[in-house]
Amino acid sequence: MASETMKEGKERYKSGVIPYKKMGYWEPDYKIKETDVLAMFRMTPQAGVDAEECAAAVAGESSTATWTVVWTDRLTACEMYRAKAYRVDLVPNTGPGTKTEAQYFAYIAYDIDLFEGNSIANLTASIIGNVFGMKAVKALRLEDMRIPVAYLKTFQGPATGVIVERERMDKFGRPLLGATTKPKLGLSGRNYGRVVYEALKGGLDFMKDDENINSQSFMHWRDRFLYCMDAVNKASAATGEVKGHYLNVTAGTMEEMYARAEFAKSLGSIIIMIDLVIGYSAIQSMAIWARKNDMILHLHRAGNSTYSRQKNHGMSFRVICKWMRMAGVDHIHAGTVVGKLEGDPLMIRGYYDTLLDTHTEIQLEKGIFFEQDWASLNKCMPVASGGIHAGQMHQLLTYLGDDVVLQFGGGTIGHPDGIQAGAIANRTALEVMIMARNEGRDIWNEGPQILQEAAKWCGPLKAGLDTWKDVSFNYESTDSPDFVPSTTASV
Amino acid sequence: MMTNQGNRVTQGQFSFLPDLTDAQITAQIKYALGKDWALSVEYTDDPHPRNTYWEMFGNPMFDLKDPAGILLEVNNCRKTYPNHYIRVIAFSAVRGVESVTMSYIVNRPKKEPGFSLVRQETEGRCIRYTIHSYATDKPEGERY
Repeated sequence: MASETMKEGKERYKSGVIPYKKMGYWEPDYKIKETDVLAMFRMTPQAGVDAEECAAAVAGESSTATWTVVWTDRLTACEMYRAKAYRVDLVPNTGPGTKTEAQYFAYIAYDIDLFEGNSIANLTASIIGNVFGMKAVKALRLEDMRIPVAYLKTFQGPATGVIVERERMDKFGRPLLGATTKPKLGLSGRNYGRVVYEALKGGLDFMKDDENINSQSFMHWRDRFLYCMDAVNKASAATGEVKGHYLNVTAGTMEEMYARAEFAKSLGSIIIMIDLVIGYSAIQSMAIWARKNDMILHLHRAGNSTYSRQKNHGMSFRVICKWMRMAGVDHIHAGTVVGKLEGDPLMIRGYYDTLLDTHTEIQLEKGIFFEQDWASLNKCMPVASGGIHAGQMHQLLTYLGDDVVLQFGGGTIGHPDGIQAGAIANRTALEVMIMARNEGRDIWNEGPQILQEAAKWCGPLKAGLDTWKDVSFNYESTDSPDFVPSTTASV
Repeated sequence: MMTNQGNRVTQGQFSFLPDLTDAQITAQIKYALGKDWALSVEYTDDPHPRNTYWEMFGNPMFDLKDPAGILLEVNNCRKTYPNHYIRVIAFSAVRGVESVTMSYIVNRPKKEPGFSLVRQETEGRCIRYTIHSYATDKPEGERY
């Protein structure tokens, strides 16, 4: 079959322009190797461009091809270096007879030797490098990847991982609780630390800087670090628990980030934080630093929605989750389902599985298109943050499970009786729901009643439930899975 | 006296809830057994947040699958150490976990004096922190 689609020898290398399909980038009979990197793209071809040709073009431009034939290919084992598009499926509910123009799922295999080990930068320079700007595709989105064990083994993975983080913090059998200090901008170091102390003493495990708190005129970073660590330790003494505050070390240069991280370590912080916008290599470097210095590394996914939210363009957040687990972060914001930020329940479960599984099966309903063996890479803790409150505890626990940091920023600091009361409400709601679930109660249906029962003896919980009882964010998700459960058409 | 919620050490899964009844402890034991986790009882009179190794009241009960039998061990420990902190721990041996999966306190000293925070001023404005348990000023076994 390959010989039918591809020209060979002298004919193949005649100067000029030939279709990508005929250059060796389309190979429907290709036998996938265990060591291949696999990628699946959602393509919207330009009008008049054949889907297979489009897939071949994507394979070509994300591997060896240029727009024209080059004789220098013949100096290499070029067959091997060419990525091979091997499968193209029409996306359900697109194309003629639907409201959406035709989209295709294109599966492409890449030989492992196309990539440098331990480099997200190198992997991404190929897979999402030039290809998204190609004129032949109207729109393109990277939906999922399969990373072979051999390649995974070149990456450090999460510096600490879920299991060790729990052991270090002595917190088991329940989600961790956190909150982002609010307002995110404008507080002085002294005032900022007050919020941290109140919330941690009240019962949260973590407090957190926000993504854009770095070192501004109203609060320079050293002041923030010093006040926050006093708050953390004072709260730890007040409760007998290990506590932490994610100190955001994001800065303009690696040198400055290392300096901030070192200072955080010297003050005894157990966790630091970086933003996704610092870039893949900077993230990998910070992960190495974190492993070396016994530090938990929290990643805020600042910026991701610019390329992950729209269904026809960019890349799925599950791919970012995969890359960030490889890059070595311990925490990543991965959605709440019920909060203020984007998220279809099954898609978010797919992100969580990607971060936490040791082995993932194909699950189209969650947007997972490949089986993935995680090769004993540590697990990365998902963080649920944005518009969640104690009254949703049964939903959060049902959707997100135990391995998650639930972050109630407004839901703690905005409590009518103060920040400590807010934290008490959240922690009590969590513990009562874990206990009920473990006792075998149907928390999905009985959740509100379980919370009301606890509110009878926990005043802060009652006040919290009364304040936020009607808050929900019911918007339709922009990113949802497209799949046909069987061979029949979906609705 | 501790001034946090409940005036108590809040380690473990259920320290914000009223003290667990035997029925509640048993329900949690059943949950763990249902997941094929091994249960263990541990006690201490040093509740420092980083005191990882509480004393084991016997080895983890890998082969005991009867909730009543495990509750009996919990109550034996309570009888032996009525004024210590006692916790029930569950262990999972599943690949990818191989760690503690539950931990909840089932007994406490009558009075919990808590901890002081010792601040050692060092260079610049830096401070080195030590969390000190008031109870550990006395020798082991004479603390509560």
